[in-house]
Amino acid sequence: MTLMQVAALAALATAARFSGLLERPAVRAWILCLSSALVLFLLQPVTGVRQLDYWLPLGTLLMCAAVWAITRPAAQGLAREDTVTATAVATLCVAVSLTRYVPPELRFSTGRAPPPEFVALVLAVMAGLLALTLRHKGRDIASLPTVLAVLALFILLKIEALATLAGSAVRGLTGQDTTLASSSDLRWLGFSYIAFRLLHALFECRNGKMPALTLREFFAWVIFFPALVAGPIDRAARFAQDLRAPLAPADPELRAGLGRIASGLAKKFVMADSLALFCLNEINAAQVNSTGWLWMLLYAYALRLYLDFSGYTDLAIGIGNLFGVRLPENFNAPYLRPNLTQFWNSWHMSLAQWFRAHFFNPVTRALRASPHNLPPALIILITQLATMLLIGAWHGLSAGYIIWGFWHGAGLFVHNRWSEWMRPRMAALAPTPRTAQALQVSGAILTFHYVALGWVWFAIASPQLSWSVLMRLLAFA
Amino acid sequence: MTANPAEQLQRAGGRTLARLLLKTGVLFLLLNLAFAQLNPLPALGRISAYNILLPGRTRLPYGEDPARAYNFSLYSLPAMLASHELAAAPVPPPANEYRVIVIGDSSVWGYLLPTADTLTAQLNRSNTTTPDGRVLRAYNLGYPVMSLTKDLLLLTLAHSYTPNLVVWCVTLESFPMDKQLFPPLLQNNPDAVRALADRYALRTAVDDTRLVQRDFFSRTLLGQRRNLADLLRLQLYAPLWAATGIDQEIPKTYVRRMEDLPADPTFAGITKGQLTQQDLAFDVLAAGFEAARPAELLLVNEPMFVSNGVNSDLRYNFFYPRWAYDQYRNWLAAAARENNWRYFDWWDAVNAAEFTDSAVHLSPAGTGQLANKLAAAIVAAAANPR
Repeated sequence: MTLMQVAALAALATAARFSGLLERPAVRAWILCLSSALVLFLLQPVTGVRQLDYWLPLGTLLMCAAVWAITRPAAQGLAREDTVTATAVATLCVAVSLTRYVPPELRFSTGRAPPPEFVALVLAVMAGLLALTLRHKGRDIASLPTVLAVLALFILLKIEALATLAGSAVRGLTGQDTTLASSSDLRWLGFSYIAFRLLHALFECRNGKMPALTLREFFAWVIFFPALVAGPIDRAARFAQDLRAPLAPADPELRAGLGRIASGLAKKFVMADSLALFCLNEINAAQVNSTGWLWMLLYAYALRLYLDFSGYTDLAIGIGNLFGVRLPENFNAPYLRPNLTQFWNSWHMSLAQWFRAHFFNPVTRALRASPHNLPPALIILITQLATMLLIGAWHGLSAGYIIWGFWHGAGLFVHNRWSEWMRPRMAALAPTPRTAQALQVSGAILTFHYVALGWVWFAIASPQLSWSVLMRLLAFA
Repeated sequence: MTANPAEQLQRAGGRTLARLLLKTGVLFLLLNLAFAQLNPLPALGRISAYNILLPGRTRLPYGEDPARAYNFSLYSLPAMLASHELAAAPVPPPANEYRVIVIGDSSVWGYLLPTADTLTAQLNRSNTTTPDGRVLRAYNLGYPVMSLTKDLLLLTLAHSYTPNLVVWCVTLESFPMDKQLFPPLLQNNPDAVRALADRYALRTAVDDTRLVQRDFFSRTLLGQRRNLADLLRLQLYAPLWAATGIDQEIPKTYVRRMEDLPADPTFAGITKGQLTQQDLAFDVLAAGFEAARPAELLLVNEPMFVSNGVNSDLRYNFFYPRWAYDQYRNWLAAAARENNWRYFDWWDAVNAAEFTDSAVHLSPAGTGQLANKLAAAIVAAAANPR
């Protein structure tokens, strides 16, 4: 998001807060649902494929509606309220497509939208499918195929070669030159986060923990515009609780919200964007003339990544506050943590919690219950490595991200074994407060450097160059 | 009837917002007014991480691809100079230093040359000493646009660093009167250009519409945001300059200077017989000699590529038809004789193979050839001051 876009959204949120419109939860849900749907179209990056910058946001909305229908409790069919929401969102989509007839600067989509009659036809077909799904009592059987479909789409978008292939196919459909296809043809705004919210809904539905949300609430949760670009990934139950609660008094909320927005703006647009000019990247990694400078660039990268990401989180939380939605924290001074386990409890917390809830814990339970009687250390190794490899893959299915995931998985396992080994010894040693503090500080320094070295895989796409940079940093080359 | 606590808090929130907006608005307005009134940009430009926290640049900031070159073009002359290694040079020079400032166009700046291969770098590497035992220390004040007025402006800025000698490399392309205010660097420093024109009675049109006129809004903080951001960006590229020593992206391949030439007999739209000395900025050249005092100025007609290709009977190269360049050389030599300037006409001193992408850009080896000749001329100038 650009500074102007953030400023505009924050100003709109502030205006909405003081207009008194948000007082009633139902109206608040309406405003969040429709404004988020509109922002989805407005912020969608331009792609190389004709009209795709309209179809991708529309696809997001249709996926949301489908997952909502599948996860809706069997006893509840299509309520009038949901029909009204579906009609309103569909009308909005058609209205956005109507802006194809106005000058580009007045359009609500980044490119030229498809003809409204065609959009209306697609929406009508989808509405029919939705109604049929909701009439079917055993619709939850569709949850597993839907999980697989979302995962397949996720994989398609995250593997560059597959995304290029898909881009080529889409170009073929629109009659464009397929040789110009690239993975950026399928740049889908917020898909990584939206997909994980949808998967969360599907998993919670299977576990019987998914709250009954109206379509409006479901839209507001999945595409909540402040958290569209960089999270956090909120849980449905928690979000709905905020949405249904009366608004807290404006004064403290305003102070908290505007404070977080100011902090986010400073972190993202002042500090992170400044550090971006001289942090480690593929170009300068090969040009730096001393190991000392290489470390400086790596520190700059580590700081930039944190400030950029936590800046976006501050903006999301701040704007959320103005709407009376308290989004979960995503960062808690991660670089000051004395070990890797605590680092992962304070870095991209909502993603880590998502994986803990939907992968790590179930797999650990399954392995423990396994008839093969696996040793606990092996279970920890398998689950931590697998979890971190998946977190790496979430960022992109490339060698660098996978190695980064392995780096952290291995680090977490080593830390786990080390702390197990140390626990009785530390108890016997009974360190003084000063010794304990020194251990904390040295642990934080060690952990920060381990994490920073891991960022080399993240910053540089080429594994060969990453390896050579790592060797230079460690003075082996 | 009194409002309930929730309503009171809501109203308090509204009051907080109103106060916040009012204070922000007033502060922003005051800041803009103060900025427009005080014009702190030149002072801010002098605050630099270069030469204090990190090494100074060996050539002036210039570039179009900051992400790869860690360098870019800006308009703040104080910031440009503050980022240059010259800004850290002791004034006056130490007793064992013979300070030379070299000004000129892209060939002096070192287009397509790494910092280690520029003319001044090669001069410094030559460890040349003057007859009285001082070591030659050359500073690169070249800037890659062709205008004598731009060279003169940079010379006047560098003058406070008390050079022992100024070397000015020129070529005909820098001379046309209508090209003098062509560089955006000059257009965006109108006051400095007018001061130069006044001081040296230049024929440069001080009311030229190309000189950027700043209205009130463009002097405010809001209006100057781009220039302010440039000052910050220049500092932010300092670490990468220090870390890499790179200030220019040099492509592995580039289009070579043109060997076969168009059958165009004109120079800057002027046909043979119509070019007069008045069309060329000889007054700026004379002002340069005056501005350099008490240091001596050594004028060099820089080497250029001489083509043997198609239409080489008409033109020497892409820039110059033979008649115009020959005329220019005659005038320049006559002016040097008349004014007793120390002048070297090295137009054909470097062989054709050593020119890179243009008729005046030299390869490292070609620059080395020029540096050797220049070093000898500098030693001679130091031995026989005028």
